[in-house]
Order: sequence, then structure tokens, then C-alpha cells
Amino acid sequence: MTTLTIEAREVRRRERLETIEKSLDRRHAKERRFRRMGLAAVTTGMVLVVILFSSILMRGLPAFWQATFYLDIHFDPEVVQVEARPVQEAGERAADFRDRDLAWQSQVGLVNWQQLIDDALEAELGEEIEARQTRDLRALVTSGERRALRDRFIDDPSLLGETKRLKLLASANVDVWIKGNIDRDLPDAQQQLSAQTREWADALHERGVIRNAFSTALFLNPDSRSSLASAGLAGAFMGSLFMMLIVIVLSVPIGVASAVYLEEFAPKNRLTDLIEININNLAAVPSIVFGLLGAAIFIGYLRLPLSAPLVGGLVLTLMTLPTIIIATRASLRSIPPSIRQAALGIGASRIQTVFHHVLPLALPGILTGSILGVAQALGETAPLLLIGMNAFVSNVPGSPLDQATALPVQIYLWQGNELRNFFEARTSAAIIVLLALMLSLNALAIWLRKKFETRW
Amino acid sequence: MNNLALIATVLIVMALAYQLGLTRSKAVAGSGERLHSRPGYYGVLVALWCGLPALLLFILWSVFEPGIIDLLVFQQLPPEVAAFSEREQQLVMRRIAALAAGQNVADPQDFERLAASQQARLEMLGHLSMLATMSIVAVVGLVVARRHVTPRLRARNHVEKAITALLATCSGVAILTTVGIILSMIGEAMNFFRFVSPVEFFFGTTWNPRFSSSGAGGQGEYGLLPLLWGTLMVSIIALLVAIPLGLMTAIYMAEYAPAWLRSVAKPVIEVLAGIPTIVYGFFALIVIGPFLSGFGELVGLNIRTTSALTAGLVMGIMIIPFVSSLSDDIITQVPKALRDGALGLGATKSETIRQVVLPAALPGIVGAFLLAASRAIGETMIVVLAAGNNPVLHANPFEAVSTITVTIVNQLTGDMDFASPQSLVAFALGLTLFVITLGLNVIALVVVRRYRQQYE
Repeated sequence: MTTLTIEAREVRRRERLETIEKSLDRRHAKERRFRRMGLAAVTTGMVLVVILFSSILMRGLPAFWQATFYLDIHFDPEVVQVEARPVQEAGERAADFRDRDLAWQSQVGLVNWQQLIDDALEAELGEEIEARQTRDLRALVTSGERRALRDRFIDDPSLLGETKRLKLLASANVDVWIKGNIDRDLPDAQQQLSAQTREWADALHERGVIRNAFSTALFLNPDSRSSLASAGLAGAFMGSLFMMLIVIVLSVPIGVASAVYLEEFAPKNRLTDLIEININNLAAVPSIVFGLLGAAIFIGYLRLPLSAPLVGGLVLTLMTLPTIIIATRASLRSIPPSIRQAALGIGASRIQTVFHHVLPLALPGILTGSILGVAQALGETAPLLLIGMNAFVSNVPGSPLDQATALPVQIYLWQGNELRNFFEARTSAAIIVLLALMLSLNALAIWLRKKFETRW
Repeated sequence: MNNLALIATVLIVMALAYQLGLTRSKAVAGSGERLHSRPGYYGVLVALWCGLPALLLFILWSVFEPGIIDLLVFQQLPPEVAAFSEREQQLVMRRIAALAAGQNVADPQDFERLAASQQARLEMLGHLSMLATMSIVAVVGLVVARRHVTPRLRARNHVEKAITALLATCSGVAILTTVGIILSMIGEAMNFFRFVSPVEFFFGTTWNPRFSSSGAGGQGEYGLLPLLWGTLMVSIIALLVAIPLGLMTAIYMAEYAPAWLRSVAKPVIEVLAGIPTIVYGFFALIVIGPFLSGFGELVGLNIRTTSALTAGLVMGIMIIPFVSSLSDDIITQVPKALRDGALGLGATKSETIRQVVLPAALPGIVGAFLLAASRAIGETMIVVLAAGNNPVLHANPFEAVSTITVTIVNQLTGDMDFASPQSLVAFALGLTLFVITLGLNVIALVVVRRYRQQYE
């Protein structure tokens, strides 16, 4: 039947081999190219991480140090004309004493504290300041410092007549000028400080009166609009802390309980299927939708206060629940059935099996999942904007019902501030603080997982 | 705070009840008979009988009492109030409530004062009677339960039933959240559609909601299409960045990378997933935007700092880890036999991947892409900061756009007036967003699940 001779077959075989050989180089080149593309993608990803972190760090780290005046403030009795602080007399009612004390405090508030700063600066500059120059002089120190002086005096009235070396924050514009965050060659009209103020700032900087000192204001002060240099994160931090406490207290128990129910007790029927699909979907619902839910139900219907960490905490709880449920279920599922069978076999009830044996073993996984969920909630911004947490709040909230903002929202507010060349660094510093918090939460989660990880 | 104290009291009483049940059961056991359950269960059972009905009563009371009191107070108001419009009536009631709570109200009317004192009295009465009823219920529960403590009482079974019920209730919270989202969205969106017809909303091509302060005449135009288009444009750019990078990363990690590289690169890239979106927004605004517009100048393109491209690019970076980790899971799930077959036939590794592994993994990968798309569509903060806010239909990615999420934030921050179309439109937009993302998620989950079953 076959017409091909053995030689002809041999020829065809050789031809085929040749084509394969010839194509091999091309195919191997293709293989190398593909492989390089993969490596390039991985490298790009890692490079992007590096760029992101380094650009934030480069911008933000300098903001942890702020231009600060080291001034000898003389609490001049000529200027600070107040009586001695009232002392509670024997037999005096506490309320009366408080009234007298408050009256004294408001009297202290009327003192021209700015004058003390002006005098100290004048002494430091060693020249007579004319009346028309006061404006330029007062642009040096940020306006919040006169209130700080007042508070210092209220705390310690014995300062009267004393001279004390104090650290006073320079104004935001001076900080920008000293750090060179503004083009020094810009014409006067485009500079935010007058030529006189700039000259003074440079002179004082050279003499070491203005130094770059670590900024405690960033951590200890709440936000401020009137005195930008003293705007800090304390208010936002407390707001976030309250919200995270609410999230932890509510979402962890509820999340773990529902996961335990769905994984260990729920009968397999339509309803539990529905709940399961529902939870998976909730995990993927955009966070802003939870904000709308909060606005409509907690604020519109239940009339809870606007801008309160309580509402923020509730919204974030609902948002975090699916994450915690899914993590807990995965953790429960990884416990081998033999544990359950052993417990059931020696007569434990199902509840006892779960609570005495399965849950303790699943605990590391549950904790890890919960921490990651909380970290995610900590960084969430969008839903909080819809429940009024973007309001400007100038004091530190004392309870979850006070007006407050949160760290990520503070970042949002600061990045929109008009004094760009001061707040760009300030915002980056706030981001560093937020990222540091989140990274430490994540590190804690990873450490827990590593420490308690069991392979069955 | 008062309510918190009340709940704390109930909890303390429950702890006492537990002790009573415990000692009682021990006493019963001491008489020689063998208890069915361990004594602790009797304690818990007694505590539950004592506390649960009281707590339930408290919840019901808190839900219904305000409405009933409002109704009673309203009936006492002079007849002319009944003639007021609904809005004015609400205002009057709010003023009365404020007066009753001891706050100051601008020039209170006589009838308002009267009603306020009545409301305060009713509230006091309600509170006292609630306390009384709660105490009676708690004591009755305690006594009845304590009497029931007998050796034959199957305390453990009862307690476990209660625990299971509690767990089931917790898993209902997730369902309630979804129901809450859907109901609040639909409800408020319906209110919006009373101002603007759905046809105008869904098919309108102009977005121009005037400010609500411009009076009744300034209702504005609410066309969804420019926003939807903006959303799509940004998401498509994001996917164009994330899909190639993410997929190639996943392929390289799953098929080529040595173990050490995998263990380094995977967590580093996943860091991208944990960074808050506000940080990405800031990064886009400060780094990527200026870079792109500078680059555009170089090649003669006019790229705005805040544009669809900027936002899309950064959003793409954000979802790289999302695409890569999902695809990685899916690729590693493809059975080894398929790979071995292809390699055995002489295919190179890249040919195996492209012609065997990827087609086999395709459904799962498509699912991953859909999930990534839904995440991109719902993303808020990046676009708020980096997309510019320009709700106009145009096809130029270098220009500013606006998206659904940005508009929700714009319309709902600031005033919380749920009566104007300007803020209600946020809920119609939210509903649209919810439906779109829900659709994508459901399809994706179904696809991924079917794919998993294929190889399990």
C-alpha cells in the first residue's frame, strides 16, 4: 500500500526535524521575552511601592520638625496686670469659688499676651520696632502661641514677673521660608511674607533663635484654622480611636458569632445560602454606599448627631462585618473535622465542641482577620465624608458623641488647604502617621499568624 | 448615658441571678440527687430568665415610647397648630422637645411651654413606669426560674438553644445591613424621582444641579450619562493598567519565580492593597498628576494635572494586587497534569502557559477582572482628589471628568437636608452604583465558583 520508500520517509523526517530546529531559536526567544515581561511586571509593582513610600516619606518627614523660636519671655507685670489667682476660702461654696476662678481666668484672657511675644522679639532683634512694623513682627510667631502663653500662665500664675525661655512655634509662612519650600527669588508681590519679616526671619535663624525643632504640636494639638502652624492630629486621632473602639466592640463579637453560626450550626437551606451570598456581596459593596446608608438611617431616620464618632463607628462596623465573617469562616473551616468528631465522640454537645475546642484553635486566624478588618476601617475615608465627619473641629473630642473627625478625613481636609507649600508636607506627615498605625496593625496580624500558625 | 447605666444595671442583676441559680442548683444537688447539667448552666439559665425579658422590654419600650409621647403631646396642642403645614408641625414638635430637654429656644410661646412641661412629665412617667415594669419582669423571671431549678431540668439544652438563637440573630445583622441599604436607597431615590423623572435622570446628558440655596426655581438638571461615562473612562484606564501588570505578575509568581523571590515580592506588592485610598489620592495629586502633565508638555500633549488619566493610572496601581493575587490563586489551581501534558509534547513553558494554562483558567481570571472592575467603579477618594470635577460628556482622557462616586460626595457633604433634589440625587446615584457593582459581583462570584468546581 505505502508508496513511500524508506528513504523518502527518512527525508521527510529530517525535513521535519529541520523545521523544528529552525523554529526552536524563535520559540526560545519568545519564551525569554515572556519571562522577562513577567519579571518586568513584578519589578514594576515593587518599584511602584518604593516610589509611593519614598515620595510620601520625602515630603512628610521634614514636617515632623518645625521652625521654632527659642525666646526669653518676660512675664512683665506692666503688661500682665491681673490679681493673684483666687484661692478657695474656708466656708466658701465650691460653685462660688468656681465662678470667681472663671472670672479671674477671663481677666487673664483679656491680657495682651501678644505684647509679651512682641517685646521678646524686639529684645532679640535688638532694634526699636516702629508701630507700622508690628504687622510684620507679628507675622513671625504663629497666633496660637499667645493663647498657649495664657494657658501656661493660668496653670502657673507664679510666672508673673519671671523670665522664662520658651519654645514658640513660628508661623506657617516662616516655616515655609526657613525650610526653603518657597522660591526665595520670587518678587515681593508673590511672597506670602513681607520683605521685612523675611529679613528678620533670616537674621533670627542665623542667630539660632529660630531652630528646626521636633514638632510636638503635630501630635498634641487639634486642628486649627487661625493658627495654621499649630494644627495637629490629636483631635483626628481621638476620633479615629473612638471609632475603632466601637468597631472592635461591635463587629468582632457579632462577626465571629455569625460566622460560627453559618459554619457550624446553620442547616443547609435556601435561607443560609442567601445569607452566604449576601455576605460575599456586602464585602464587595463600595464603601461609599455604607456612607449613604449611614446618612439615611443613622442621621436621617434615627437622628443621631452629625460628625459623631458614634455614627462613624457604626457605619464602619457594618462595613467591617463581612470581612471579619469571611475571615472567621475560613479559619473555622481550616480546623480538621477530626477535632470535632473527637469531641462529639466523647459526649460533648455541639455548642461545647465549638466553644471548647474549635473556637480556641481557630482563634489566631480570627484575630488576624479581625485586626486586618479594623486596619481597613481605620483607613476608610469616603463613608465618613457623608456623615459629616469632614467638619472642621478645633477641639479634641472627649466622648463618641462629640463632633470629631478621623485621621484619613484630616488628611483629606489638609490636602485641600490653600496654604499649599506648608500643608503638602503636613499632609504627608499625617499620612506617615496613619500608615505607621496601619502597618503596625498589619505587622501585629502577621506576627500572630506566624506565632500561632498550625499545619494540620 | 442613662440608658447605658440601665443596661449595666441589668447586667449586674444578671450576674447576681447567675450566682443565685448556681447556689440553688448546688443546694439541690447536695440533697443527693444527680443534676442533669453542670451547676453553671443552671446559673446561666436563671440569669437569662431574669435579664432577657427585661432587656427585650427595654428595647421595645425605647422604640415605641417616643412616638406615643409625641402623639399624646400633639393631641394637647391648641387646634390652630393642627392647621399648620406638616413642616411647621415638625418644627413646633422639635422646639417642644428641645424645651422639654431643658435647652433654650428662641422666644417660646405659651402653648409650647405648656406642651414642653407636659412632655417632660410624660417622659419622666414613661421612664419610671419602664423601670418599674422592668424590675417586676426581672424579679418574676428570677423567681420562676429559680423555682424551676430541679435535678431533672435540662438546663444545658435550654442554654444551648438560647446561644444558638443568639448566634443566628447575629448572622441576621448582615441581612439587615443589605435590607437597610436597599430600603434606604430606594426610599430616598423615590423621593428624588418625585422632583426629576427617571427618564430625565438615566438618559439626561447634562449634569448641572444648582445649589439648593438658589430657590425653588433653581432645580437644575440631573443627567446621569456624563457621570456614568466619567466612571467608565476612569475604570477602563485603571483596568488597562492593572490587568496586564497584575496578570503578568500572577503568571510570573505562579510559574517562574523562585521561592525566595515569591516570598519577598508577594507581600511587597500586597502592601499596595492595604494602603488607604486617600493616600493614593494624595499621591496622584502630588506626584503622578504633575509628572503626567510635565510629560505631556514634553511630547506636546495637553494633559491636565487632575484628569481621567491621572485618576485611572493611580487606581490601576491600587488594584494591581487585587488582580494579581486572585489570578495567582486561580492559576495555581489548574491541575498539574494539564501542564505536564503540554510540556511532554514539547511545548515551551510560555507556550504551555499561553495555550493551556490560561485558557483553562480563563473563567476564573475573567471573574477576577470583573471583581477588579467593580472595585474600580466604586472607588471614591482617588477620583475625588485626582479626577478634577468636570461632569461633561467628552472622550478626552487628558481632561478632567467626574464620576458617580465623586458626585455623591459633592452632593451630600455639607448640608444634610433630605428634602432638596440636590442632596436626594446622591441616593439615586448610590442606587445606580449599588446595582452596577452588585451585578458585576454576582456574575463574578458565579463564574469563579463554577470554575472552582470544575477542578475540585
